[in-house]
Amino acid sequence: MIAELGLAALWLAAALALLQLLLALGFAKADGAKAARPLALLQAILTLLAFGSLIAVFLRTDLSVALVFENSHSAKPWLYKFAGTWGNHEGSMLLWVAVLSVSGAALAVLEKRINEKMLVASLGAQAALGLGFYAFLLFASNPFARLNPAPLEGRGLNPLLQDPGLAFHPPTLYLGYVGLSVAFSLAVGAMLTRQVDAPLARAMRPWVLASWIFLTLGITAGSYWAYYELGWGGWWFWDPVENASLMPWLAATALLHSVNVLAARGGLRSWTMMLAVVAFSMSMVGTFLVRSGILTSVHAFAVDPQRGTFILALLAIYVGAALILFAARAATIREGAPFKPVSREGALVVNNLLLSVILGVVFVGTLYPIIAEALSGEKISVGPPYFNAVAGPLALILGALLFVGPLLRWRSDRRPLAKWVLPSALIALVVVGISFAFAPEMSLLARFGLAFGTALLPASILPLFGRSLKRTPLAVWGMVVAHLGVGVALIGMASDSAFTQEKLTVARPGDKMQVGPWLIELAGIAPVAGPNWTAIEAHLRASRGGGTETLRPQARTFTSPFTETSETAIHTAWNGQFYAVIGRQRDEGWQLRLWWKPFVTLIWLGGVLIGIGGLIALVGRLWRERRWGRQVAE
Amino acid sequence: MKPKHQRLTLAVLAIIAVAAAVLLAMWGLRDRAAYFFTPAEVAIGKAQQGAAIRLGGMVKKGSIRQRSDGVTIDFIVTDGSHDVPVVYRGITPDLFKEGSGVVAEGRMRGKTFVADTILAKHDERYMPPQMGNEVAEHAAVKTVQQ
Repeated sequence: MIAELGLAALWLAAALALLQLLLALGFAKADGAKAARPLALLQAILTLLAFGSLIAVFLRTDLSVALVFENSHSAKPWLYKFAGTWGNHEGSMLLWVAVLSVSGAALAVLEKRINEKMLVASLGAQAALGLGFYAFLLFASNPFARLNPAPLEGRGLNPLLQDPGLAFHPPTLYLGYVGLSVAFSLAVGAMLTRQVDAPLARAMRPWVLASWIFLTLGITAGSYWAYYELGWGGWWFWDPVENASLMPWLAATALLHSVNVLAARGGLRSWTMMLAVVAFSMSMVGTFLVRSGILTSVHAFAVDPQRGTFILALLAIYVGAALILFAARAATIREGAPFKPVSREGALVVNNLLLSVILGVVFVGTLYPIIAEALSGEKISVGPPYFNAVAGPLALILGALLFVGPLLRWRSDRRPLAKWVLPSALIALVVVGISFAFAPEMSLLARFGLAFGTALLPASILPLFGRSLKRTPLAVWGMVVAHLGVGVALIGMASDSAFTQEKLTVARPGDKMQVGPWLIELAGIAPVAGPNWTAIEAHLRASRGGGTETLRPQARTFTSPFTETSETAIHTAWNGQFYAVIGRQRDEGWQLRLWWKPFVTLIWLGGVLIGIGGLIALVGRLWRERRWGRQVAE
Repeated sequence: MKPKHQRLTLAVLAIIAVAAAVLLAMWGLRDRAAYFFTPAEVAIGKAQQGAAIRLGGMVKKGSIRQRSDGVTIDFIVTDGSHDVPVVYRGITPDLFKEGSGVVAEGRMRGKTFVADTILAKHDERYMPPQMGNEVAEHAAVKTVQQ
């Protein structure tokens, strides 16, 4: 019954989306915005109802629903029954669609800055997006399909996904991914109604910022999850699925910066529209990569060529239509105010160009193997050697741009900038020198990452100098915090790649070993059991100087489905993490893989700082607008 | 500069950036893309010495040997007719066993393949059994069965 309710809600939502689209196309004569607003809101309520129904059947482990049978099990802890709702293809697509319609409703209800004509056009674009994905759900990925007779027990959830991370990482990432649809729809609406100007940018900015914050936090969380769950000691593998989330982030980062130029100076109009289209297109490319089943990963749940073709067709239609619209309207979009090369605009243009090039090389590297295989049958894998060598140096140049870009004034800056940039350059130079003296073996990328990251710590705060701190807008504080986060993350990445110490060994209880500054003793090995798994657990005592820490890595065996996984044990110290994995039993004892990773935590701390910076800026923008709005009203 | 000229300059810059990205990617892919090889291809010397490649096939029955350090193993990847000896230092993945499919990432050193990473075939229900080697794997199974 609940499942049928969910399915009915989904069909109804699709019908409303069609109505909303027709309204925008001008077939209905009713006052556009008055009708479109409730339609969008109702749609969101219906998709949330559908999503809630799916959660309900998962929580009750209703095995007559095929999806529950295939992906759940009555003995699973309730958190994974709940989060398992989106731990499969159909459920995660339903979440996708729910976020899409909620974004549309938020646009309809909250957006008061743009005029009604543009709002109706934008909601029409949002409805067009919705229709395609409703169709995908209803015709190619129905989450509510029934089984008759109902099986007695479900097949269980992939143990790699049975982790609290599943409750947080996908929804956050999707809010970012699909939230970008609002920027897309606003751009389409603005181009349709020929209103590409600064007020549009000010309306678009909070939506971009909010999506970008979720994307940043979602990627950061995903990276940490992969780090502790996979037990490989790495935090980024340049896996196509990771790239699928990185590409929208790169585009959104570029958009976030260019939309500021449009909002403040009326410049980069066409470019910003283009980026808004590209950013959400990258979200759809990511969805295609992950959901079509052409990739191999924990994220690819099933292979079904029909689904891949369906998403590819949607992608082609939406991106194609948006680009045609762009081509048709580009000539009518007015030029912005001119600026000198050395200016805030100039720096932001360089930022955008670099981000676009990085996006381009990641895009080519991610899709090349798929295209090559489709065309010639050749099996190619493109991995870290390519991405690090090609994207790494570009990212470093982008980091160096942060020494000067945020200090520049709008339009033209003729001040002698050397005295501002010189200290940063000097710090970077000193770090490079010191690193040569103490760690001559470091890779170029790590060495300069460390140098630029360190120099960025003071450099990112420089824009606050000479300002009255009380009167500094929150948006500037947000920028400072986010750029500081970039520096912090760079140091973490460089430190992890350069200073990590690893030990792979076989030990018996009582054996001692040295890993970096840590003295490790294998105190014992014991079996343990959880709700749906059993495990062999090592008891490690780690000490350096003072007290002793206890780590308990496990080798788990899940019963449904039968899978072996390894649970890492991590001890976080102020200056890094000690990371332990237990392997198999050999004649000589137990395999242990131990890492000492100095300052690795800074990677995710940096990511969180970047997100917090975004949040501060968002709050500042919204607050300022409200105050302005009130003043205008008075 | 007139606004019109500035816009033209920016448009040209954007096009140059896109072109640069493509050129850079092509340059990067030329010698950094790891190609997938079967034991038969390795046998006729198609795999370049020292280049990053993937080797895929079956773990030959009875070929896994543990070295005395407890963490290094030697085994043979086969497609039924050709064998490639592999050495790997590390913890093997959960589903790595004799007679099942495997993909190893690493380099050829002389006649031996030195693996940095081993990917074993995971549960079909979650992981599509491609891992870049579905075809090779099926071919290998067929040959072995014959």
